[in-house]
Amino acid sequence: MQELKENNVLQPAMPTSWNEETKPHKFCPGCGHGMILKVLGEVIDELGIKDKMVFGCDIGCSLLSWDFFALDTVQTHHGRTTPVITGMKRAKPEIVGVAYMGDGGGYAIGSQHLFNAAVRNEKITIILCNNCNYGMTGGQMAPTTLPGMKTETTPYGRDVEQTGYPTKGPEMVAAVAPEGAYVARGTVANLRQLKGYLKKALENQIAGNGISFVECLSGCPTNWRTNAKQTWEFIEKDMAQYFKVGELRTPQKKEG
Amino acid sequence: MAEVSLKGEQRVFMTGNEVVAWAAVAAKVDIMYGYPITPQNEIMHYWTRLAPKYGKKFLQTEDEISAGFTTLGGILTGRKAFTATAGPGNVLMQESAGMAEMMRIPVVYVIQQRGGPSTATVIYAQQETTLTAFGGNGEGHRIVYSTATHQELFDYTIKAFNSAWTYRFPTFLLGDGYQAKMREPLTIYDPEEKGMKLVPAEATVGDMAESGRSFRHLRNTYNTEDELYEVVMANQRDWDAMAPKVVEWEEKGCEDADVIIVSHGIVSRAALGAYNQLRAEGKKVGYFRPITIRPFPGEQLTKAMKGAKKLLVAESAYGQLLKMVQNGTYDNAIEIAPMLRPGVGITTEEIVQEYNKL
Repeated sequence: MQELKENNVLQPAMPTSWNEETKPHKFCPGCGHGMILKVLGEVIDELGIKDKMVFGCDIGCSLLSWDFFALDTVQTHHGRTTPVITGMKRAKPEIVGVAYMGDGGGYAIGSQHLFNAAVRNEKITIILCNNCNYGMTGGQMAPTTLPGMKTETTPYGRDVEQTGYPTKGPEMVAAVAPEGAYVARGTVANLRQLKGYLKKALENQIAGNGISFVECLSGCPTNWRTNAKQTWEFIEKDMAQYFKVGELRTPQKKEG
Repeated sequence: MAEVSLKGEQRVFMTGNEVVAWAAVAAKVDIMYGYPITPQNEIMHYWTRLAPKYGKKFLQTEDEISAGFTTLGGILTGRKAFTATAGPGNVLMQESAGMAEMMRIPVVYVIQQRGGPSTATVIYAQQETTLTAFGGNGEGHRIVYSTATHQELFDYTIKAFNSAWTYRFPTFLLGDGYQAKMREPLTIYDPEEKGMKLVPAEATVGDMAESGRSFRHLRNTYNTEDELYEVVMANQRDWDAMAPKVVEWEEKGCEDADVIIVSHGIVSRAALGAYNQLRAEGKKVGYFRPITIRPFPGEQLTKAMKGAKKLLVAESAYGQLLKMVQNGTYDNAIEIAPMLRPGVGITTEEIVQEYNKL
């Protein structure tokens, strides 16, 4: 519970799994990473798994979370977070391993790792931040860039004839993962729901059922060149239209 | 696979790949991560047959990039882990080797060299010498043992894990297709029964045994030039301090030699044959072989060649060892006769022939 402190002003309650020394965090103003990591921190607190957790992050904006949490963290290479956490979990199944990455790391350079981890039903949790572009490198096209969307490498808008359609990651993982997988797509526009998905994803790993994969729709106002209103509109309307939010797989049953 | 055990000393007749699998068991390795590529496949084949009997684990990954990084993951949790590859797989694994160099992860890679560049041949070469010693976008802070016999494959596999966990630099065992596939006799043993110490593994992350532990944040990305400089220079200092302790070489008859044959790996067996034959003929010939090609025994070679007039450098590559020799002996110019045969084997007779041309 949040406590009323000085002057009866409600103090912001930060997750205890956060590393206070590195706050405020390093993400751009308006970026979704901080929100995703906040609800992830709350889930870590609620599940009490801080001491057995290893958090892995990728290159790209997600690497800025390398000292975000007060728990063991490894920052690795583009797309290689999945195999690093897989290697840990295989060697030491008692840990709770989380691989945190962006859409480039998960769907482009590291897609073979994501796909095969799903096929093998690795008992790890993968959390992927989808903001429709490559943020850290300056806003190039990502596998998730929407049709017609302008980026640094699609200055006239993404032409699907040339570059294909946006990758639907959770749909892919849900299609190939065996029984026991948990797959969902949440959004920073609905943090309560996203938190629920992340909690289920970690609980699924702890239960040893199978792979847990959550994509989080997120914003990148810096590279999108959007103001606050436009940013939220893009996440809630444009992105959500293409990337349907919801649970795609639960460990109890394989749909379809 | 031969039905043997590691109790006492056992004389066995095995392929090199089988030897590596047995040696990894002897070194108390917990897990292997691997991806098929010739000529190292049988390391995985034997390991997966031994694993259940010795309580070991295995993961076949989707590619060599993944094999390298899953191995690093396993090691970070405090398990002894390794992987093995060759040729194009070695190229892919350099990404993980770079991370291991930067983050000081005690990883062991077994490289059974094949022909190069690219797919080339699946048989044999010494064309991964430069890649293994200096691959990646860094300074080549690695230990590389180049083995010549099956006994060495066994002994140095065990040693590779000890060196890796003592000094925390990526450590490579550099074999080749001939060593991988041929059979020869050797003695296998339990190193601890012989009084050899196995350096224990330690967890870097996820160490739940340590209650109330402080958390660790590992990264290989740095914000500023100066910050990176400090990290790399600290690694360089550690590497420089370590190098004299791990450097290994073998030499014969260099004291009075006019010509010294320099070679590494399996080619040094042909060189040794040539040395013995020429010495029997009364020729003043020497034999010098770096066992660690990184760190390279340049100082030792310089000393060995003091009275000599020429070096005959023989290798199954076009100058990869030659460059190391030149670099290691730069302050003592000597005429070098190169015998450079990329991708093909070298026999005793051929070395004798080259010697006689000098």
